Amino acid sequence: MRVDAIRDKVAIIGMGCTKFGENWNKSVDDMIVDAAYEAFSDAGISPDDVQAAWMGTMASGLGGISIGIPLKFRNIPISRVENACATGMDALRNASMSVALGMYDIVLVVGVEKLKDSGLGGLPEFFSHPVYGQGFTAPGRWALAATRYFEINNIPPEEGKRALAKISVKNHHNGSMSPKAHFQRDITLEQALNAPIIAWPLGLFDCCPTTDGAAAALICPADMAPSFTQDYVLIKGFGLAMGPGLGKEDIDFKYDRLPETIAAGQQAYAAAGVKEPRKEISCAQLHDCFTIAELLEYEALGFSEPGRALDDVEAGTFTLEGELPVNTDGGLKAFGHPIGATGLRMCYELYHQLLGKAGPRQIKNPALGLAMAQGGHPGMLMPIVTILGRKD
Amino acid sequence: MACIKSTGAYVPFHRLKREEIGRAWGSGPLSGEKAIANYDEDSITMAVEAGMDCLSGFNREEINALYFASTTAPYREKQAAALIANALALPRNISTADFSGSLRAGTNAIMAAMDAVSADPSRNVLVIASDCRLGVPGSNFEQVFGDGAAALIVGSSGNVRILKSYSHAEEIIDIWRTQEDRYVKMWEERFVFLEGYIANVREAVTTFLREEGSTLKDFTKVVLFAPDQRNFREVARMLRLEKEQIQNPLLEEVGNTGAAHALMMMVNSLEEAKAGDRLLLVSYGDGCDLFVLQVEKEFSQNPERRGIRGFLKSRMFIKNYEKYIQMKRLMQVETGRRRPPAMSSASVLHRDRDMVLGLYAGKCKGCGRLFFPPQRVCLYCRTKDQYDTVRLADKKGKLFTFCKDFLAQSIDPPVITSIVHLDLEEGVRVFCTMSDRDPDTVKVDMPVEMTFKKISEAEGFFNYFWKCRPVR
Repeated sequence: MRVDAIRDKVAIIGMGCTKFGENWNKSVDDMIVDAAYEAFSDAGISPDDVQAAWMGTMASGLGGISIGIPLKFRNIPISRVENACATGMDALRNASMSVALGMYDIVLVVGVEKLKDSGLGGLPEFFSHPVYGQGFTAPGRWALAATRYFEINNIPPEEGKRALAKISVKNHHNGSMSPKAHFQRDITLEQALNAPIIAWPLGLFDCCPTTDGAAAALICPADMAPSFTQDYVLIKGFGLAMGPGLGKEDIDFKYDRLPETIAAGQQAYAAAGVKEPRKEISCAQLHDCFTIAELLEYEALGFSEPGRALDDVEAGTFTLEGELPVNTDGGLKAFGHPIGATGLRMCYELYHQLLGKAGPRQIKNPALGLAMAQGGHPGMLMPIVTILGRKD
Repeated sequence: MACIKSTGAYVPFHRLKREEIGRAWGSGPLSGEKAIANYDEDSITMAVEAGMDCLSGFNREEINALYFASTTAPYREKQAAALIANALALPRNISTADFSGSLRAGTNAIMAAMDAVSADPSRNVLVIASDCRLGVPGSNFEQVFGDGAAALIVGSSGNVRILKSYSHAEEIIDIWRTQEDRYVKMWEERFVFLEGYIANVREAVTTFLREEGSTLKDFTKVVLFAPDQRNFREVARMLRLEKEQIQNPLLEEVGNTGAAHALMMMVNSLEEAKAGDRLLLVSYGDGCDLFVLQVEKEFSQNPERRGIRGFLKSRMFIKNYEKYIQMKRLMQVETGRRRPPAMSSASVLHRDRDMVLGLYAGKCKGCGRLFFPPQRVCLYCRTKDQYDTVRLADKKGKLFTFCKDFLAQSIDPPVITSIVHLDLEEGVRVFCTMSDRDPDTVKVDMPVEMTFKKISEAEGFFNYFWKCRPVR
């Protein structure tokens, strides 16, 4: 096995992202067109130059033809990827492998999700066992980890909730500087702490919204990139780890660690040659579907010592001005979470940070950026990690 | 001769003070409180609870028949007893039957059990009666009715002998429900009382005593079913019962539990009975059933068997009548546009019936570890298709972690999502929700036990599974 086989072989030469939010006046096709055409324009290439494509969606389409129709492709290979919340980033991973192999020169990757047409106030339901596993929600499943994390680390729930609220305040603040974010306003610590409880200990501001959106990337072999543009970034590595997913049922799973996420991070670090993530990673986009998820991810990815993430939250380590800025565009909390698009949205932010085009959110001299998206919940995670780097 | 080998009972956790119902309707309240089946309970789930209580310490392989009695079986066509037998892990080759249609259904089932044991003394018949009837909102019935269940095992030997029995049938339209009725109806109160209950009980008791040449003084206790407190007082006075002869009618604590009521009173009386006591049990409903019970030996104090006494002690008052409306689904209540209607599949439930109804875990033959739900390939040692099954339903344990989920739709939010570790040497975890709890007192590591509940109504049928609850 050579996880580092992909390092520096593939370049991202253009990216696009729609406005995330409740896009009542945009269809799935509209959002695909918006994201893809921004990427075409960014890279300066024509849709006719695309030789193959990957599309990622959890439930907003059927087959690769879902992008073939709106973008009018002429008989090219298109694959549809579904990998829960890892979908968009896994589409990029699959596409990158085809480019690294030398099969195609220009490949389009699109991730999309339309969640707001269901008429429901949350995620749509899919068929599951009639009685086992009924009555549970995503925030509830993550709240189980929060309760246990606080218990194991002797953190009074009020103190734990305060740390989680700080993560939410940080992400909202970053979102206030992101014109395409679902929410673009600051919130106060008091607002977050006093918000209605969704799944105790998690409150409203600990949960990401239900969002529509699409994002796209154009990739090519690294050695060809300069022929298209001077503004491109390199793929350093991927990590993707899944296990039996039976933590909820396995008495050995203690709920204060995310084993799959740890493994995905280690794969990505090995692929990218990262030894000391906290020092080497310039900024990270993490999967803050719930604030407790971001907290546990700090530890899973080696940014914080196990059980000590609260200290780093307290120290402001992950703020825009901190040692390792996390969710510089607002994250899932403020930017939104259209499932199939999320992984590519994270790469969209890293791409702009690495190219120095992140506007008021721009961090100083970024070298390596990490994006991590994960489906599922503690005990049953489907995490994917992507590390991007500057061309020089 | 037929004997009672074991008894059990179930009284729901939730109670409502009758004064609160009186408050809601601006009408004079009756005294006491009533027991209310939770929103996730029905006559089947309560029957499983009473059955578990009765079977505690009893070898289930020795049960040959299960008779279930209720006027509120969830299905008009489909047997409840077969489902209850599955949830109680009774042997496959047993005879099952549902008794219904009358408040006498519970004692009708005892009569049938006695006949079965007379025909073959090797038989053990588990009789369970369970009811959760509804009175029209604002009616007297609404205040009077309560929910509960009782169970007994009838065999040819046991601590309590059923010496004699008597029955007569009466055709009278006093209280009834047609196939379409949700609420119990009644004819004019004086008629129902005088021509129905009083006249029949008088006839049964006097006829029986005359034929036996005995008097009521021969009985230590008279276990007298009565539809409400007023009727009870009248009949006790009419029969000139001594104060110490009167068995607590449970109307103040539980309410009239229909077909289960006479059996619940009987279980309660046997909990207090001494060796040598002789009891007279009287039930009414389209006629009368009478039984003479001779207590040969007191039932030993099995701490696992809670009975009426144990379950009466464990209770939580619901705050107001509005909550009662929600629990009983008396009104359409907004639950939010969060998810589409519940889904189900009869084929999935059939395929998984042991796991779903019996709460069976898999025990790997390779490494000996337990897992719920059972896996074909062992999580720990990868052994494939080599496992035994272990029933978890009767185990107690501790709450490992939880949350209070207000997003999950429920009649009684928040949903307490629970990870439970059951007390088994090999260790086993169950992922479930919690019922019969006060959300403010839920804590990590609190002791819990498993309870059989209705999860949903989907595709037009009822979906049952297990939840945890704080140990009652």
